[in-house]
Amino acid sequence: MSEAVAAREVTRAEYCVIACAEAWRDAGEILASPMGLIPSVGARLARRTFAPDLLLTDGEALLVGLDGTVEGWLPYRAHLDLVTTGRRHVMMGASQIDRFGNQNISCIGAWERPKRQLLGVRGAPVNTLNNPTSYWVPRHSRRVFVEKVDMVCGVGYDRAAGARFHRIPRVVSDLGVFDFATPDHSMRLASLHPGVTVEEVRDATAFELTVPDEVPETRAPSAHELRLIREVIDPANSRAREVGS
Amino acid sequence: MSDKTMTAEEVVSRLESGMTLGIGGWGSRRKPMALVRALLRSRITDLTVVSYGGPDVGMLAASGRIRKLVAAFVTLDSIPLEPHYRAARERGAFELMEVDEAMFLAGLRAASHRLPFLPMRAGLGSDVMRVNPGLRTVTSPYEDGETFVAMPALRLDAALVHVNRADRLGNGQYLGPDPYFDDLFCEAAEAAYVSCEQVVDTAELTKAAPPQSLLLKRHTVTGVVETPNGAHFTSCAPDYGRDEAFQKRYATTPWPEFEARFLGGDEQAYRAAVGEES
Repeated sequence: MSEAVAAREVTRAEYCVIACAEAWRDAGEILASPMGLIPSVGARLARRTFAPDLLLTDGEALLVGLDGTVEGWLPYRAHLDLVTTGRRHVMMGASQIDRFGNQNISCIGAWERPKRQLLGVRGAPVNTLNNPTSYWVPRHSRRVFVEKVDMVCGVGYDRAAGARFHRIPRVVSDLGVFDFATPDHSMRLASLHPGVTVEEVRDATAFELTVPDEVPETRAPSAHELRLIREVIDPANSRAREVGS
Repeated sequence: MSDKTMTAEEVVSRLESGMTLGIGGWGSRRKPMALVRALLRSRITDLTVVSYGGPDVGMLAASGRIRKLVAAFVTLDSIPLEPHYRAARERGAFELMEVDEAMFLAGLRAASHRLPFLPMRAGLGSDVMRVNPGLRTVTSPYEDGETFVAMPALRLDAALVHVNRADRLGNGQYLGPDPYFDDLFCEAAEAAYVSCEQVVDTAELTKAAPPQSLLLKRHTVTGVVETPNGAHFTSCAPDYGRDEAFQKRYATTPWPEFEARFLGGDEQAYRAAVGEES
């Protein structure tokens, strides 16, 4: 690893980009649907490096190459149909997420009369029953990582009842990476971003998290990846606005 | 063949309180806002609104016209949360059938196919099933025996949509990158009213655009309204983009003040008031 970069030179936001990008490693020729800025930078990084066959959209109705060349048409109706083919990996946001990966973006409080109305279920139910669905949480806290979500939009492992195409590959937050590689598919700490402690993660999580004896660090970007992030994909450093250092 | 052109007022005169009304577009994109504004000038209320929700839902909710909403979301896109919809939900102003985006699409398709339901995986395991106790499942009669959600048809008494061009017969054309679901809204409805930026001769429709852009077919359309800037303040590509400054004004102004300032008069008065803003 002659290209290895010293951890201190890499910002937290850049670790988050790498952690999101890794969701699409070896994904093959499928649509990457990143929602939110850091997942978008991550998907573009994956496309430029270790997942060259990914399809990406312009955020609207077009499939576009890295230079913006239009290579296909994907209006909303075709996008919704593509979800059911399973050839897509979406990374959604989560206003709440629980121990088994149930996700909420609909409302806070009782659904009948919410304390705070949010977006609505959007496409979370169709996504989670049809194609791999990962999550991105820019501010890891007990308000997001809750014991029980108020409205199940994205379906978690305890409610999927072995649904044929249900899979939650990873949850990425500003503190670390999480997966469900436990016997009961409850959430597990998969890696910590450098500078974050297990205690910090536990304090910011309202449910009991599985923590292995040895928790690896989220991998550092290579010098090449760092150049791509800083000079090509996000030269305006918008990522720093989503995750501070 | 019959000339279907009419005014927005004539469209509204054909609508009634208590109807189920589908509204085309998506979020804050190509919404039939001039028709919604005409609706707001009427006394029609008690509506069941079926919409990929944007400011159409926000305005109707703010003015108390909605009895029940069928939606997967309500958003202004560049402003993620629709403030007037939010406020209405938080005061428990109407009934909600909250379904997933794809379930909503299946409901429109079922209605347009004259089917009672369409099977799909979306919804299973989620609280969409809890908050819609009327939703049923259906089991495959084949070897797989899999269980699906039976998404009921979303039949509409009337549909309101907005496109870029139409002829007088009701052939409607979109020129932007996304048709959204406007053809399905028209097919799912008893009567469909299409507003457009410009009414043109039929032959004009395919002079500069391919036949695939002819989204709406006249046999599904009841009335055609020429409303230049009729999607304002939502986007209507390529004719115009979203009026972000005005949308922000809409989102941050208390409803009674916004209503008094912009919705007190007819469409011309609206345009004049918007013009004074910019």
